[in-house]
This record gives sequence, structure tokens and C-alpha cells, in this order.
Amino acid sequence: MITRRQMLSGIGTVAAASVAISVLGVKPLAARNTGYTSKTHGADYFTNVVLTNHHGEQLRFYDDLIENKFVVINMMYAQCSEGICPISTYNMRQVQKALGNRVGRDIHMYSITLLPDFDTPQVLKKYAADNKVGPGWQFLTGKFSDIEIVRRKLGFYDLDPKVDADRTQHAGVVRIGNDAYDNWMMASALGSHESILQTIHHADRSLIYT
Amino acid sequence: MLDQEEISAEDDSKIVDESRRNLFKLAAAGSVASLIALKQNEALGVEVLQPPIVYPPSPPVMAWVESIPEYVYRPKEPLVGELNPPPQALANRATGNTELDECGRDPIQRFGEFYPVGSDNHDTYELHVSEQLHVFNPAYPAQNIWGYDGVYPGPTFHAHYGRPVITRLFNELPAPNEHIGYGSPEISMHLHNLHTPSESDGFPGDFFSNFKAGPTLAGPGRYKDHCYPNVYAGYDKSRETDPNAIGDPREALGTLWYHDHTLQTTGSNCVKGLVGAYLMFDELDSGDENDISTQALRLPSGDYDVPLLFNDMRFDANKKQFYDQFSPEGVLGDMVVVNGKIKPFFKVARRKYRLRLINGGPTRYYEFYLVHKGVAKPFIHIANDGNLFEYPLMNRTKLRLAMSERGDIIVDFKAFPLGSEVYLVNRLRQDDTRKPKDIRTPGDQVLKFIVDREPSEPDNSRVLTATTFMRALPPIDLTEVVARRTWEFARKNGVWTVNDKIFEVNSVRANPKKGTAEIWKLINGGGGWEHPVHIHFEEGRILKRNGVAPPAHERGRKDTFNLGPDETVEIFIRFRDFTGKYAMHCHNLAHEDHEMMIRFDIKD
Repeated sequence: MITRRQMLSGIGTVAAASVAISVLGVKPLAARNTGYTSKTHGADYFTNVVLTNHHGEQLRFYDDLIENKFVVINMMYAQCSEGICPISTYNMRQVQKALGNRVGRDIHMYSITLLPDFDTPQVLKKYAADNKVGPGWQFLTGKFSDIEIVRRKLGFYDLDPKVDADRTQHAGVVRIGNDAYDNWMMASALGSHESILQTIHHADRSLIYT
Repeated sequence: MLDQEEISAEDDSKIVDESRRNLFKLAAAGSVASLIALKQNEALGVEVLQPPIVYPPSPPVMAWVESIPEYVYRPKEPLVGELNPPPQALANRATGNTELDECGRDPIQRFGEFYPVGSDNHDTYELHVSEQLHVFNPAYPAQNIWGYDGVYPGPTFHAHYGRPVITRLFNELPAPNEHIGYGSPEISMHLHNLHTPSESDGFPGDFFSNFKAGPTLAGPGRYKDHCYPNVYAGYDKSRETDPNAIGDPREALGTLWYHDHTLQTTGSNCVKGLVGAYLMFDELDSGDENDISTQALRLPSGDYDVPLLFNDMRFDANKKQFYDQFSPEGVLGDMVVVNGKIKPFFKVARRKYRLRLINGGPTRYYEFYLVHKGVAKPFIHIANDGNLFEYPLMNRTKLRLAMSERGDIIVDFKAFPLGSEVYLVNRLRQDDTRKPKDIRTPGDQVLKFIVDREPSEPDNSRVLTATTFMRALPPIDLTEVVARRTWEFARKNGVWTVNDKIFEVNSVRANPKKGTAEIWKLINGGGGWEHPVHIHFEEGRILKRNGVAPPAHERGRKDTFNLGPDETVEIFIRFRDFTGKYAMHCHNLAHEDHEMMIRFDIKD
């Protein structure tokens, strides 16, 4: 049995995954007829706008990036040097390290640019390399209007239009989602990476911590 | 004047953050980024920035066809016999099997003292949290709620000072891989605002199921024992002179409520139904209107002492409860649910009633009026946040409640002829989760009282007047103050902050010393929100609201301090008898879940 401490330090993550399969790795029950336990956020909600990752691959937002995946998503832009993105990216990097080889396999990390016209796949590739980003963490760009749709769907906006328009005040949060269970949580990207990991653990339905 | 040094909770960090912010502003001023973004918006020729989210209104309901449920004013019965296995100071993790064991909580403080082995000095309860079907209104289909004992609201507890309670809380919600949608099937129960040792206080990081344990627990488990000593604050000091004392009776609480407090999912778990009432009684407020003791207040009791728990909820086109997990500011309910029902009735006798109104949130403010034939009728306001005033506030016509605030009122239905229909009406309009808007008549009728009978027995409850002394207020002794702290509630980068920081369960933001008092200044940092700030563990006293004395109804003891836009409230608060981790947070549950919370640890 893998402990939370081992989990946090990234030790024994392969074993952790096997726990997931053996203990709780069953498919979610079909949505029940009663109550609100049915899934309400699918392709209709998220849309399938096409985004491009930092390797130049084109991906549909819901079908390729969200469906049946456990995802950890933030927004950033490469030029941001004094703002919140460096802290956010640093924390995401720590999260990636802590999760070890689960990232890209059963946990998917995405950073979506707020400035797609600047952040071409090439720019994002360099950004990823500069930040020593490992596999399983994709940087995504696309058409500005598509990015705006995604930003709104993920709740990365402010109700105050002035604040929302100011890129320097953009949401410094991480959306943590478990599509199979229609469970969407949020952590601040600007605190400690441990608090992001705590939210990931809370949202992760496949692991038992002892 | 206070001569102690001003302690700012996080002086250093504030300096750093301030300079960073200035740098940031400079960088931002010349930043291509923001300019480009705006240009892109213009180039697109579309209004990319949309107005605040508008959800479709809930489908229509049928008004006044269902009663509020009886069980809410009939207390839950204690367990007959013993809990098995018996409760113990250390978490019971004997079997090593999380399907049988207790979760890995901290040891219960002073266990032997309050719950001596073999003694029957206390009551025990089992509380089983499960998913069940519930009908909010006959126009809506039965749907799943999460309930304490499987009901929404949960059962009402009646407890008495001097008689401790042990509640064994079982998490029988669906397994993590059986639950779809909002809400997380782990629980941490807070009894708001009992004088509770921290391990039983429902700290947000103490959430559990037999699959999961929160970051401040040592491991998952099937149940968790909560021990409520039911002593008044000031217990230790009172014992110095009287070995049988149980604290300062002036610190008595009356109307409490219990609810889920799970880290980051309190809002969704509470709207799923995890709320209930817990009422405290003592010699003075004895819960017996026929009490022969001269001390007893003889307030309306039994079936005439009725908790009314309000939640704002929204329902989708399928008439199923709706909660937006992606909204940056939560969901304002357009349906006011009263004791689990939308627009219920309550048949009353022509006599006095004690109504205990509890704003269970998540996000709506209320200003209640008692309306008969279009006219707001007077009532007597006797308690705020569950605590009796020194003297009743007579001839009140309105009661305003922020989230988690409570108001006890005495209504004499004898003023109305048989057959009268009297409405509890919310006249406070609110359009978004940010703050209430204005008062507008006629308002939203949320509950109909039907005066349908003469009382079967004489109404012996006391006739209150402006000179009826109820409960003395404890003195505010400023010489006890050893520290002052300032807490500013604001929003930054998509989350809510306290002193510019987010909540981290393992970060202790203040260490009050046990047995001391402090002055906390709570500031609304602006932006257009109101923040009902709740401080766990002890009741505080408002010294100043915006620099001046508070209004009459806020002069008693309180545990929730609403901060209107640009408001500042200064409070005097003590930390007595127990130690450990506690929370202060905004009780707008979307704010709380998105980091507007601090941890403070009371130290020996």
C-alpha cells in the first residue's frame, strides 16, 4: 500500500497506479436516474475547439484533452516575467515532479496560453524547455476566440469586466478536473504546490491513501 | 488605551507582497501583453467580455401544499446503550481496516475529565451521513440529497450545559467512484459555534471517508467521534474557585447549527443537504416553558420552539438541483428552502412561539418580515447568533441575517384570529452572490403560518417585556488583551484572500495564547463584495463597527461579523480552555471554498 507521504515525494508511483486499478479502478457507475448524479459537463459544455500543443499537434478540447481524463489545467503566457505566471509555472513543475510518472498516463497537465497570437507552438516549446517541463504536461495555443471560449468554460475569468480584461490580473488558479466523475475543483496556483497536490489528491477518485 | 504592541499577523509578508505588487504594476504598465489582449478584443469586433453569468430561473413550484417536517422541532433521541466500540481518547484504529476503523484524528483533549469511563454523565449519538431521495417541493421530482441521518435538514439536537455529548459520525456516502457531479463524498462536520476542542471542531483539512483522509488527518476511516463537552467558555477559570463549575454561564450559546466544512467543497456539500440544528439549554434557557425554577426564562418550548433553517438553491430545467462548479463566484439560489421545503406551510396554535432562524447559506442574505394582510407585524428579537440579549428587543418588524447568522424571535400568534395566514417574507433583494441589493415590497413569501387552532394547553411561556432581564453579558476587560491583529478580506487573481494570502491547511497564521484575549480588526478590502466573517471557537464582541458603537442587535456576543463594502469591524475575542487548530473564514461558501480562510492555532 502506498502512503500519502510516498505519494507526495513521488516514490512508488507505479505501485500507486496498480492500487488504483486493483482497488478502485472500476468504471464509474452509469449515471443514476434520480438526483443530480448525472454528468452535466461533456462535449456540449466544453466544446471541441481545436487547440495546438507545443509539439504542433492539433487536439480537440473535449474529446482529446478532457474526456475520461484527470486533468490539471492553468492559464499563462510566455512573456509574463514579473507577474503570476512564473510562480504558477514553478508550482506546476513541482506538482509534476511530485506526481512522477503518473503525469501523462493517468494525470494530464495543461497550460493554456492567454496570448495565443504571441505564444505560437514554437514559443511554447521553448518556454517548456526553459522551464524543464517533463512529458505529460502540454502547453496549448489556438485561435484567440477559441481560447476565450475555453477560458470561460473553465471558469478562469472575473465577473468584473475591467479585471477580466487586465491580463496582469488573470486568474492564478489551477482547475483540477475528473471528467469521468464530473468533478471539478480549483486550487490557487500562487500558494504552495503542496496545496495544489492536496486538491489533486482530494479530486482523485482512483487512489486510496493510508 | 491599549499599551501592548501592535501585532500584524504577517508584517513581513505584507512588505514583500507590497513591493512585488509595485514592481508588477510597473511591469504591467508597459506590458505588451495587456495591450495586445485588448487590441485583439477590438479586432475581433465582438464583446468577448460577457456580463455576469445569468442562470435560468428555477422552474415554478407549488406553494403552500407541504408542511415543514415535524422532526425538525422534535429532538433526536440519544443512543440507548453504548457505542460499540466505545469511544476513546486516541483514534480507534485497532483493526487496521479503514472500513471498520475510526479516521486518524488527533487525540480528544481532556477525554478522561469530560467522559469518565463507566460514567453515564454524557449522552451519545450516532449520526449516519448518507445519500437519500428528498422532495424539495411536490412540483419537483424526488432527488438525491446528502443528509445527516439521511435527511435534509439533519436531525435537531437538544443538548444541555453540563451534560457532554459524544457523537459518532459515520460517513456512509457513496464511494468516490460511485459519485458523479458536484460535492465530494468526504465529510468534516463543524458545530457552529460550540466551545469545542479542535479535534472535534470539523477543521476543513479533517475530512474523511473510508477511502480518503484530509491533509490534517493521519488516515481514512469509517467514522469519527466528535466530543462536545457542553461547558461554557471560561471553564478553567471557573474551576479555580468552584470544583463543580462548568464555565461562565454568561457565555451560554443557544441556537447552533452543524454543517459540513470539507476543504474546498463546503459549498457543494452543504447545498447537497449537510446542515442541521443543535440547540443548547441551561438553567436559565431551560427549554421548558412550565419550568418551576425561578431562574428559568420559560421561553416557548417543545413543539413551540422551532428551528427554521434557510438555504438558497437553484434548480435546472429538469427540476433537479443545480450547482455550477465552474462559476468564479458561486451560485445564488433563487429558491429559499425552509427546513428542506420550498414554500412550505406550518400550522400553528394561537400562542407564543420561539422561532430560531438560521441562515444556512450558501450565498443569500435575508431580511425577514412577518406579514399579515400586507402589513409587517411586530415580533420580539431575543437572540443574535444564538445568544440571548440582556433585554429583549421589542416591537421589531425586521430581522436581517447574513450567511450563518442566526436570529431568535418570539412571535405571538394570539395576535391573529383563527384561520389567519401569516407569511414570513424576505424583502431583501439580491441579484448576484456579491451582496444584497435593496429592500422591496411585497418581497418573497418563503413560509406560510396557518393559525389553525387554539392551544390545547395554557401557554405558560413568559410574557417578555423590554425590562425582562434575560442573560447578563460577560464583561469586556481590555486589560486581558495581549495582541491586536488585522485581517483584510479581498480578492486577487481569481481567488479570495485574507491579508493577501490564500488558505493553506498547514500554514498557521496566528497563535493566540490559551487564556488570553485579543482584538481583531476585520476589514473589507473592497471590490464590491460583502463578507460574513465567522470565527470558530469563541464568541466575540463588536467594539466598533466603522469606528462607532454597533447597533443594538449587534451588541451581544457574536460569531459571525458581516463586512459590508468598505466596512471595518473591531472585535474583542477570548481563547479559553482548549488548544489546537481552528479556522476563521468568510461564510459566503464560494469565498470560503476558494481560499478566504485562515488557520489559527490556540497554544498553551
